[in-house]
Amino acid sequence: MILPFDLILVLFVYICAIAAITIKDLLSAVVILGAYSFFMCLLWAQMAAIDVAFTEASVSAGIGTVLMIGAVSKTKRRSND
Amino acid sequence: MFEFIVNYYNYWMYIGLMMIGFYAMMAKRNLVKKIIGMNIFQSAIIFFYISTSVKKGGATVPILEYAHGHATHGIEHGANAIDVMQYANPLPHVLMLTAIVVMVATLGVALAVVILIYRRYGTLEEDEIMKLVRRG
Repeated sequence: MILPFDLILVLFVYICAIAAITIKDLLSAVVILGAYSFFMCLLWAQMAAIDVAFTEASVSAGIGTVLMIGAVSKTKRRSND
Repeated sequence: MFEFIVNYYNYWMYIGLMMIGFYAMMAKRNLVKKIIGMNIFQSAIIFFYISTSVKKGGATVPILEYAHGHATHGIEHGANAIDVMQYANPLPHVLMLTAIVVMVATLGVALAVVILIYRRYGTLEEDEIMKLVRRG
């Protein structure tokens, strides 16, 4: 584990999380959540959890983003908050 | 006190990330935003468990070189015993693999419920839905 790399990745994870919950366009929020999942996956790969990292990359960042884009396209795209 | 904060910095990161998700679940009115907050909350908990498996002093990925005993012939017993401090603890990894799959399952069910609510009430904002529900 490399400490500066760890801190930079955690900073990116925080930025993505705050952006995903503050942005008003739901499709953008979902895509930023996918970026959040990929940064989380990099964080786990550098914490020597390779199996968790590729499960997260395929399942949460892949299938989760696809499911949420499908749900947003079936409902409304604008959000009030 | 300062040493305590620095030595357990993964705890503070995990608490901050979990509170971001908790705020989105409690304070946001849009239902998809609540689901995004739930996703952040769950992955923060997984982050905490994975960070407990990290060891200091260059511990790497737990893949053993002679795991099936190829090189043990002719060498005395215990020659390639495992030095535990060289590898990260794999038990939290295995537990959290299950948690990731559960996370996607809850996400799918929650999105299906959101689509049904949108078909019934025509909106995703919680206050408007509650107004429509009270009117009957």
